[in-house]
Amino acid sequence: MTSLQGFLVLSALLFCVGLGAVLTRRNVILALIGVELMLNAANLNFIAFARLGPHPNAMEGWMFVVFSIAVAAAEAAVGLALVIAIYRRLRTAHLDQMDSLKG
Amino acid sequence: MSPIVSWLWLVPALPLAAAAVLCFLPDRLRRFALPLAGGAMGLGFLLSCAALSEAARSPSAAGVHNFLWLEFGGSPLMLGWILDPLSAAMLAMVTFVGFWIFVFSAGYMAHDPHYVRFFCFLSLFASAMLGVVMANSLLLLFMCWEVMGLASYLLIGFWFHKPSAAAAAKKAFITTRIGDIGFLLGMVWLYGESGTLLFYDQGAGCLETSAIARMAGHAAGAGMMASTGISLLLFAGAVGKSGQIPLHVWLPDAMEGPTPVSALIHAATMVAAGVFLMARVYPIASALPPPPPVAQVASVASAPNAATPDAPAPAASHPSSLPSSSHEASVSAPTSVRSTPLPALCLRVMAWVGALTALFAALTAVAQTDIKRILAYSTVSQLGFMFLGLATGGVAVGMFHLLTHAFFKALLFLGAGSVIHGCHDEQDIRAMGGLRRWMPTTFVAYAIGMMALAGVPLFFSGFWSKDEILHAAALWSPSKWPFIIGVAAAFLTAFYMTRQMVYVYAGEYRGAGRGADGGGSMDPHESPSLMTIPLGALAACAILLSVLGTPVWPWFHAFLSGHAPRFEPSISLGVLVVMFLSVVLTAGGIGLGLSIYARAPSASLADEDPLEAWRPGLWQILRNRFYIDELYESSFIAWHAALGRFSAWLDDKVLGAAVESVRLAALGLAWAARLCDEFAVNLGFDEACDCLRQAAGRISRFHDGQAQRYLRFLALALSALAFWILWK
Repeated sequence: MTSLQGFLVLSALLFCVGLGAVLTRRNVILALIGVELMLNAANLNFIAFARLGPHPNAMEGWMFVVFSIAVAAAEAAVGLALVIAIYRRLRTAHLDQMDSLKG
Repeated sequence: MSPIVSWLWLVPALPLAAAAVLCFLPDRLRRFALPLAGGAMGLGFLLSCAALSEAARSPSAAGVHNFLWLEFGGSPLMLGWILDPLSAAMLAMVTFVGFWIFVFSAGYMAHDPHYVRFFCFLSLFASAMLGVVMANSLLLLFMCWEVMGLASYLLIGFWFHKPSAAAAAKKAFITTRIGDIGFLLGMVWLYGESGTLLFYDQGAGCLETSAIARMAGHAAGAGMMASTGISLLLFAGAVGKSGQIPLHVWLPDAMEGPTPVSALIHAATMVAAGVFLMARVYPIASALPPPPPVAQVASVASAPNAATPDAPAPAASHPSSLPSSSHEASVSAPTSVRSTPLPALCLRVMAWVGALTALFAALTAVAQTDIKRILAYSTVSQLGFMFLGLATGGVAVGMFHLLTHAFFKALLFLGAGSVIHGCHDEQDIRAMGGLRRWMPTTFVAYAIGMMALAGVPLFFSGFWSKDEILHAAALWSPSKWPFIIGVAAAFLTAFYMTRQMVYVYAGEYRGAGRGADGGGSMDPHESPSLMTIPLGALAACAILLSVLGTPVWPWFHAFLSGHAPRFEPSISLGVLVVMFLSVVLTAGGIGLGLSIYARAPSASLADEDPLEAWRPGLWQILRNRFYIDELYESSFIAWHAALGRFSAWLDDKVLGAAVESVRLAALGLAWAARLCDEFAVNLGFDEACDCLRQAAGRISRFHDGQAQRYLRFLALALSALAFWILWK
């Protein structure tokens, strides 16, 4: 097993952990943490392919990750602000009680 | 044309303006009503006097003023007015009598709450009557004639809160309308024949020789000339307006109006308008068909040829355009052709209708007890005399009686009004009596009027005018019967007037205790001077007018005929015989009346009339006016009611059923449409909607707002995608 495969397996596990957190945890904040884990699994894939891929000196992978981290930070800020607003309104942070989008 | 002709329009315009102002005069200004209306009439009288003197100066030249009213396409419609002896005499009479009746009304109606309205109607009436008199166009005459009918309706129904007055007004209006249909048809026919409705228009008017000759020569079928048909139709209008048989029924009922109205409209002026109309169209009425050429005797087809200018009719060849002179021409000239020519058919009809009406109404008047009703029947009777005079003696004879009658009948009615006023609105002569002592002025005036009406010789105008009519009737060639009937009517006139005088003025007062409340003195009283002064003025005229028409100095006759009056000291034997006869008649009538009624004056209200005791059956017939009203009630009115009921039935059952079936059909259609809508369209639509909604409901179950469920689907789909990519 090459190191790239190890990284990919790690990132797949990380993604699965994040997905499991998003699908199972009822708390919004834990679900958000899951989302972050999934994002970082993707970032890990980018880094692994950039470092261990055929063009180790190309900068595109790195740039993607930097952007992704910035976007993740903004997303976390917006997500947490939404969580606070929803908590203020519904007095709850549980996902299964937030069903006002029901059709 | 003198300036007075162009200003003659002011005579009717002044009362019209007064009526317009009075329309808007509030009741608190009622003291201005008499000055306004009476002033307009007084000014009109002064103008009429000027016109009369103008006409007397040159009686043969009629002043005419025509003006354009409308233009239909290319044909102008002209109206106009005329100043000739006929209209001048009528204008002066109407304004004079009208003025005094206005003054009298101010006293009589003083306490009426609708005093101003009364004067408004009176002024409107006076204006219309003056318009009739001076109209130079049959159309203008007809318009004023109808306004007069309206004013009469308004005034008869002046106390419209009384059902009898409202009914009488309606009756008068409808009855006269029946005659007016004839008038209208005659007018249309006249326009069709002559192409103009102007009377005199410098040779082109419908009463001038060329038009008359054309009409008299134009056969209209049924053996009649067009002129005969036209004049008979116009006569129908005159019969309605002047209350002749068979349309007389409205006139006695018209006495429901206030007494000054009866005096002005239903005795002196309006009812005389029918006589005036026939006097105005006398050239048409008296026109004879031109004599056929000798070679074609009795050939009707030759009549139009005879009217050509090569062989002018005798009536047409006369140069004068005045009614009476052309009449003389038409009467005198044909004698050269045939030995005893019959007068025109219309004149014969007029003579018979007039004579029969005179007798019939005089008979009815004998048995009436209402003071105004007696006078009303007397009016009908005298109007019959006028038509008789008009038909047998010409315009002057009829018109002279019209003028004298206007004065003394107005006087009698105003006297009756004064009596009614003095007796606290009592109209039954049986409840009067002895009023000579209570009301001396009224008594004297009334006696003068009564003697003028009865024809007491020498000093009273009625004697001369009636005598002239009887004389003319005696000389009438077709039949002597109108003369005999007229003699009988004259006798009865003297008799019933004597009866009335005795009942009202002689004996003891029988009305005491008949008053409703008994509060205050119920004795009769003399009327105020506002009412007695007009009586005096009219009484003076009833006497003075007689000098104008004596056989010795027939000024009026000459005035209307258009030549200078001559003094004729020698009276022909025929005139003297008739005069003697009429003196005997009058004396006999008055004597009989006195001997029946004055010898034993009835002492109480319940006494039966001596005539009733003598011949109860005859009395009942007379008292019920020959049952003419009942006859009409059971014939024409019943037929009309039946026709009305039939129409109502037709409307209700036939037309109504048709309408109903259409309604039902529409209703059924609407139901069908509704069912279709409800059960086909709506149900299908609802079903589709339900399906859609259920489907949507099922689908929306997935969309339950649980973010994690969405994400699960997402993860499932993702993993499915991953498997598909990996194992491809």
